[in-house]
Parts: sequence; structure tokens; C-alpha cells
Amino acid sequence: MIEIEALTKDYLELTVVDHVGLTVADGEIAVIVGTSGSGKTTLLRMINRLIEPTSGTVKIDGQDTRDVPAFELRRRIGYAIQGHGLFPHRTVGQNIATVPTLLGWDKGKIAARVDELLELFQLPAAEFRDRMPSELSGGQQQRVGVARALAAEPKLLLMDEPFGALDPIIRAKAQSDLLAIQKRFGTTIVLVTHDMEEAIHLGSRIAVMDKGKLLQYAPPDEIIARPATPFVAELIGTGERPFRLLSLGKVRDLVESGPAQGEPISADASLRDAYAECLWTGREMLPVVDADGASIGRIRRDDIAHKAERPQ
Amino acid sequence: MTDAAIAAPTRSFAVDKLGVLIAALAAIAAFLPFAAFRANRIVLGEAKGLFAALPGWEAAALAIVLAAGIGIALFRTPTLWRLATSLVVLALLFVAIGHAGTFLTPPGDKIARVSPGAGFWLLIFAFALLAADAIARLKLKPWTRIGVLAAVALFFAVLLGSGTLNDLSILREYANRGDTFWREAQTHLALALGSLAAATVAGIPIGILCHRSDAWRAPVLNVLNAIQTIPSIALFGLLIAPLAWVAANIPGASAVGISGIGAAPAMVALFAYSLLPVVANTVVGLDGVPPAANDAAKGMGMTDWQRLVTVEFPLAFPVILTGIRIVLVQNIGLATIAALIGGGGFGVFVFQGVGQTAMDLVLLGAVPTVALAFAAAVVLDAIVEMVSPKDTRRD
Repeated sequence: MIEIEALTKDYLELTVVDHVGLTVADGEIAVIVGTSGSGKTTLLRMINRLIEPTSGTVKIDGQDTRDVPAFELRRRIGYAIQGHGLFPHRTVGQNIATVPTLLGWDKGKIAARVDELLELFQLPAAEFRDRMPSELSGGQQQRVGVARALAAEPKLLLMDEPFGALDPIIRAKAQSDLLAIQKRFGTTIVLVTHDMEEAIHLGSRIAVMDKGKLLQYAPPDEIIARPATPFVAELIGTGERPFRLLSLGKVRDLVESGPAQGEPISADASLRDAYAECLWTGREMLPVVDADGASIGRIRRDDIAHKAERPQ
Repeated sequence: MTDAAIAAPTRSFAVDKLGVLIAALAAIAAFLPFAAFRANRIVLGEAKGLFAALPGWEAAALAIVLAAGIGIALFRTPTLWRLATSLVVLALLFVAIGHAGTFLTPPGDKIARVSPGAGFWLLIFAFALLAADAIARLKLKPWTRIGVLAAVALFFAVLLGSGTLNDLSILREYANRGDTFWREAQTHLALALGSLAAATVAGIPIGILCHRSDAWRAPVLNVLNAIQTIPSIALFGLLIAPLAWVAANIPGASAVGISGIGAAPAMVALFAYSLLPVVANTVVGLDGVPPAANDAAKGMGMTDWQRLVTVEFPLAFPVILTGIRIVLVQNIGLATIAALIGGGGFGVFVFQGVGQTAMDLVLLGAVPTVALAFAAAVVLDAIVEMVSPKDTRRD
């Protein structure tokens, strides 16, 4: 658990982060959203003390981060950044082994961990272990960057716009990979982005920042339904609100029994996708199938539309 | 199809652009004296053309080889041929000039001097150009380039050892000064390498300091820049007074060899000249480390020292080494000036030669200096290429 209290950073006269307080429970993904200059990256970098706070405290599992030397603290926290930051003169395997090596793991354990992570990120170890980062594609480099951040099995992972440099298709894949891995390890993640879509997709809680202040910290549906300030509403995009709300729900939630005509939709698809399908094919309802392709009922367009209304 | 039929024969007779230059140089060389004969070391020379400088059949054979070499250089021929041709012609030219020495010197005459003429030097230049061009076009691997250099060095060692060149003026001078030559060679190397080592040991930490602190960067680099602009003779001269004062007033200073003239001020001046390339390249190299790699290194918990040693320094190393290469080649040349203030080195021969208007003696100092600087450049360029990351980036 991370407890941030009254955290402040001043540069001379300028307050970049202003009395921010928030708590991230174990296993949560907290996404910090804001425009550039909102202080979101500074807030993130104060958690592992890459930037020392002017005042306020950060506690990780009850321990004040100032009670341990900064480099020791950072070795316990995963860190992944935009543009991956891989060491260009070291192989993929050596890059991933960075923190385990710093921690003095024995060689056999490091090698096993490197191979395990490469396989986990769909990069066959035998093929990729000894390559140089410059020989990989952008998406592969980014995966190696995240694998490196997870190498020493940190309970907490900090990510600064990790998918910012990827094109949209690879980004969507990287996001779903991250969710799968987070589920598997139960890692607590704090992620910074300027993309509200990404925040809603990944976050179990979203922190909206502007001009150094934390405007709202709430689950995505509440941020969409009840933006705390006009700025938060603007960031979500008023025209986008119903669709963002739909993107949070799954077809499974609205399935009813009965037949329907035409191409079926997966129960795991988002309501947004189902609604789009209804509109595009001009259908009132869609048949629903589960992951095995077995029919489990239907979903009605009106029910979906009803879900898109502002929650009371 | 007709295009191809026409293109194929034209290509085989196509003229190589550099070949035109080489052929022109060689043609001019044919009208210049191949060697010069002088009755003693300071009188004016008597020019000897190729056919006057060598026995008839030897001159004719060389002329044929030269014509063939010019032909191969002039037309677009396979690069390996060009390299082989240039090396063979160069080797034959050196053998021929040695023979010219023996041929022109009256038997038993120890005072007469035979030296290479302008034609010889121009031919060497033309075919060296061909060799350099061929080597560049072949894109040889670093180790191969060092191998070629070693082969060339071995060739000269054998040539000199065999005595073929012994009747040339420059080796007559050497014969008179054999002991001093090797002592001055040692001094020369000690000055160039010693100042380089000192500049590396001092310059890299100064570079790191300048990289990390903006407050230091501008003043340090400006001072080093200013030192570079002082003419070398002036700098050697300027150091005489302070070092003489140090030697006179600080106990023990003169005991370790510090004095106003001699090797100490030479070493100090070369060190001062060496600092800028080392410091500046260290700063540039460290500045070139990708910021994301640095940030990631910090964020993963490397200490400053670990980050410097395992990330920043290895990434900056090729650039730092380039600075060291500049310094080494520069110092091998500059060390000749040390002779002016009694510092020794090959400059001793150069300045004595200038004083006596004996160009052969000047060459005895200049030729080894140039050869050393050239060899240092080849070796260090190869090393820089070996340590630089290969550019295998896709798309």
C-alpha cells in the first residue's frame, strides 16, 4: 500500500505539486492523468525519490520512504519510462538482469528469471536474450523495458507514459499485456499518462491533476459520471462521456435469454463495441456467445443505451 | 537488351575519376628528377632523371611497371587489383631509390649524397593515394587494417635491414648518428605518450566534473580553449620562467628533473595542449548518453558511481577514445618542438638540420615523426571502430 500525504514540491517560487494526498491499495492500478505541466510526472518521481519532496510524506507498506537510502528504495520499486530507456550497449538479457544484479542475486537465478520474463512477454528467450536493443522493434523494446522493471519481482511498479512512443495498435496490445501481467503477479501499479482513454482502460482508480493540484481521485465510472470540476469534465470530453462509460462495462453484464439474428458478439466485448455493432448493422439486438463460441443469449440495444445514461 | 550490350563494354573501359588525378600526378613526376646527386651534404644537388639514376634495364623495367600501374589506376579496375598494384609499385619505388643511391654514388665515396628527388616523392604520393583509396573502398575490418599496417612496417624493417637503402642520404645521416637516433626516438615517444597518459588521467575526471556541473563547464573549457590558441613555441617559451622558479625555490623539484628548459617544460606544454581534446570529448561523450538510459539507471537504483561506471562511461568511451586519438597524433607532431628548449626528441635532428641547411638531417627527424603519427592514427582509428556500437538499427 502507498500512502501519500500532503506531498509538495516547490522549485523556487513555483509549486509544481501542491499538497497532494492519495492512497493506493495493494493490487490496484492508480493512473495519474493530467496535461503537460500538471505535476503528474513530478508526483510519480517523488514516490521513488528521483525527486526529493519539499514537504509531505510517502509511505510504502507503512514505512516512510525517507527511512531508507534512495538507491535501496528504488531497487525495490519497478520503474518503466517512455522511450523504454534500455541501455544500448547491453544485451536484452543484461538489461533485464540490471536490478537482480544490483541486488546480488546468484547467476543461475538471474538467468532463469530473465528467460522466464522474456517468455512471459512473448519474446522467445533463445532468440532474444543475446540481441542488442537496437535490433528490436519499438514494441519489443517497450516490452523489454517493462520486463526489466519487473525483474526483481517488485510489489510496486511505477510507469511514466510507458506506451507513449508506441503506435495505436501496438499500444492496445501492450496495455492488455500489462493488465494480464498485473493480474498474474498482483503488482501494485502507479502509471502516469496524458491519455484519458488509456487511464479509463487501465485504471482501477484515476487521479486527475492540474497545475500541481489533485482535482479528483476516484474509480473511472465515478470520474466519468461525476467529474469534480469543469476541468475534469473537459479532460474526459463531454461528448465522449456516454461512450467512455460504456467502455467500462462488459456485454456479459447485460445478457438476457432469447434469440437474436446475425453475427454474434463475445460476452467479453465491451458494451461500447456491442453498441457500435448494433448501430453499424442496424440491429435491435445481438446474439451473445461465450469464449468457446457457445450461445448464451442476446443483448438489446436499448439496454445498452440505457447504461450510457448518466448514473444517478 | 541493346542497352546492356552497349553498357557492358563501355563500363570495362570507363575511366576512374581518382585515377585521372593519379595518372596526371605520375605523368608530371616523369618530367621531374627521380633522384638528386650532391658531391657533399650541403652543396646544391644535380638532378637525375629516372634513366640517369638507374642502370638502363632497371630504369626500363620500372618505367614499364609504372605505366602498367598508371593504366590500372586510370581505368575502373577491381579494387583488390588496385590495392595490389599500388603496394607493388610503392615497394618497387623504394627498392629502386635504394639502387639509385648505390648506382649514383662513386665507389668508396663517403661524402657524396644521393637523395630522393621530387619525381620520386610525387610518385610515392600518387600511388599512396591509390592505396589509401583502395583501402577505403574495401571497407576493411579494423583488424585487417592493423594487419596491413604491420605488413607495411615489416616491409620497411626488412628493406632497411637488408641495407638496400644504405647509400641514400637520409641513411648516411643515420649512420653518423645511430646512437643519438634511438635515444631521441625514446625521448620523443616518452614525451608524446607520457603527456598523453597524464592528460588522460587528469582530463577524464575533469571532463566528468564539467559534465556534471554547469558552474565548472564554461570556465574550464574556455581556459583550455585559450591554451590551445597559444602558439606552441610561445607556450614552450612561456613555461621556462615559472618552471625555472619552481626548480630554484621548491625543495626537491630540481631533484625530480624539473627545470626551466629540458623535458619538464616540454612535458607540461604537451600536457596542456592535450587536455582540451580529452576534456571536451569526455564532456561531449557523456552529454551524448541517452537521457532515458540515465533516468532508467537512476530509477532502478544505481548509485552515481555505478551509473558512471556501467552506463555513462561505456557509452561515452568511443567519443573519449576519439579525443585520445587526436591527442596522440597531435603530440607526436608537437613533440618535435620540444627540441627547441632542450627537451630532445626527433626535433633535435630537424632543428640541427635547419641550422646546417642539411635537408637530409631534417628528413631524419621528420620521416620517423610522420611515420609514427600515421601509424598511431591507423591503430587508434581501428580501435575506435572496434569499441563503437555497430549501427544495426532497423528501419
